[in-house]
Amino acid sequence: MAPFQLNDPGSSFHDLLASQYPNLLLGRLDTKIVSMEKQSLLDTLPHGTTILALRYQDGVVICGDRRATEGYTISERRIEKVYKTDDTSAIAISGAAGPCIELTRLFQVELEHYEKLEGTLLSMEGKANKLAQMIKANLPMAMQGLVVVPIYAGYDLNRKTGRIFKYDVAGGRYEERAYYATGSGGRDAKGTLKRLYNSDLTAEEATRIALEAIYDAAESDVATGGPDMLRGIFPNVKVIDKKGVRDVPDDTVKTVYEEMIAQLRGK
Amino acid sequence: MGMPFYVSPEQMMQDKAEYARKGISRGRSTVAMTYDKGILLLADNASTLNKISEIYDKIAFAGAGKYSEFENLRKAGIRHADMTGYVYSREDVTARSLANAYSQTIGSVFSQEMKPLEIEILVVEVGNSTEGNAIYRIQFDGSIHDERSFSVVGGKAEELTEAIKSRYSLTSLKGALKICLEALKEGNGQSTDPESFEVAVLDRSQQGRQFRRLKTKELAAHIKA
Repeated sequence: MAPFQLNDPGSSFHDLLASQYPNLLLGRLDTKIVSMEKQSLLDTLPHGTTILALRYQDGVVICGDRRATEGYTISERRIEKVYKTDDTSAIAISGAAGPCIELTRLFQVELEHYEKLEGTLLSMEGKANKLAQMIKANLPMAMQGLVVVPIYAGYDLNRKTGRIFKYDVAGGRYEERAYYATGSGGRDAKGTLKRLYNSDLTAEEATRIALEAIYDAAESDVATGGPDMLRGIFPNVKVIDKKGVRDVPDDTVKTVYEEMIAQLRGK
Repeated sequence: MGMPFYVSPEQMMQDKAEYARKGISRGRSTVAMTYDKGILLLADNASTLNKISEIYDKIAFAGAGKYSEFENLRKAGIRHADMTGYVYSREDVTARSLANAYSQTIGSVFSQEMKPLEIEILVVEVGNSTEGNAIYRIQFDGSIHDERSFSVVGGKAEELTEAIKSRYSLTSLKGALKICLEALKEGNGQSTDPESFEVAVLDRSQQGRQFRRLKTKELAAHIKA
């Protein structure tokens, strides 16, 4: 695997795969092999999610629950849906877990590959567009039910602001100015965000709102996992500003939830 | 129709080697040197066209000779490394495999093409300890040398190697920079203006990607203090 290339196929890793190793690419599998009924296939694959992102004063907070389901079964309690993609951006994934994780890995390599070959970083706009093209290339698989719908968020070093991009299965790319949530619990999460959001939040306030939105989504959506105090499993949160991407530690998330639950008990 | 010429293989190889050596000796030098926390790469290069590059987490590349030729090799190396890391895992990308791939490619160009590559390259990898470091020097004919402590490629490499040999010991980054600059001064009669160098390190104390460029300011601070 990985023979040595002397002819120049450009600075995109995705395009390198497409031109030289198409079998390694998402959406290029022989789709005829999917012989099961679409619905039964979906029931055997982990999916279901709440992911969200919201802007605050200095950047953006991105967050996702930890549950994956197969039909009515919980297949995974501690799956990660929020990944750092480079020093100033992160992706949150919803859809079929396998292709989602593969797309994330490919996108991470794509950004690093470009940076190393060109000796410069892609702009936030450039990264968001490239991701849209990769999702579009997955359309044949999406038609089979293997959907990949991420949220991409990061700090734009040129415009000096946090930015949020949402996508549809056909590769449509739309920018959100304040907040966005998607996945099976996205509707409920959006309600919470709408109620609590304002444009002047600190990182701590934005983190708390994100966690509350996941909590509300988990209350109404079977495919979304809330805080699991018994096992110590908590939603993943990343805060992105001009200094980079940082994880909010589980202990902090736990404290936020303990305070929230204490407040709910008091009502 | 004229008579086809006969040139003996010995003669042909000799001519090609001479041609390549001549091309390389016209260029400036690049040094790789082990220091206590990693590997220092220093190129005598004031231009914005880089001679030193990141390849992967712990692996870097340095080229000397004809820019267009080693730039092609640099890109091929990054593709090779990213592809291996994507298909297998990040820890499976090694300098040894990359150096071998370079050696094969450069060697076959030398024996099969009319014009040999006028380049000499370094592939270096920082290990978890100084003993784990690797410095591979690959020449225009594909011959590959596994070097210890330091290595020099480019024009006046022999003079520089001698100048470094007499000074070298395992030291801090600052000390290693000093050795390199003094040797350049002696071997090449060169000024030590920080703006005329391209410098980078593979720093094993860094998390993840361990390649880092030293900007002119940082370099000046190291040289002065």
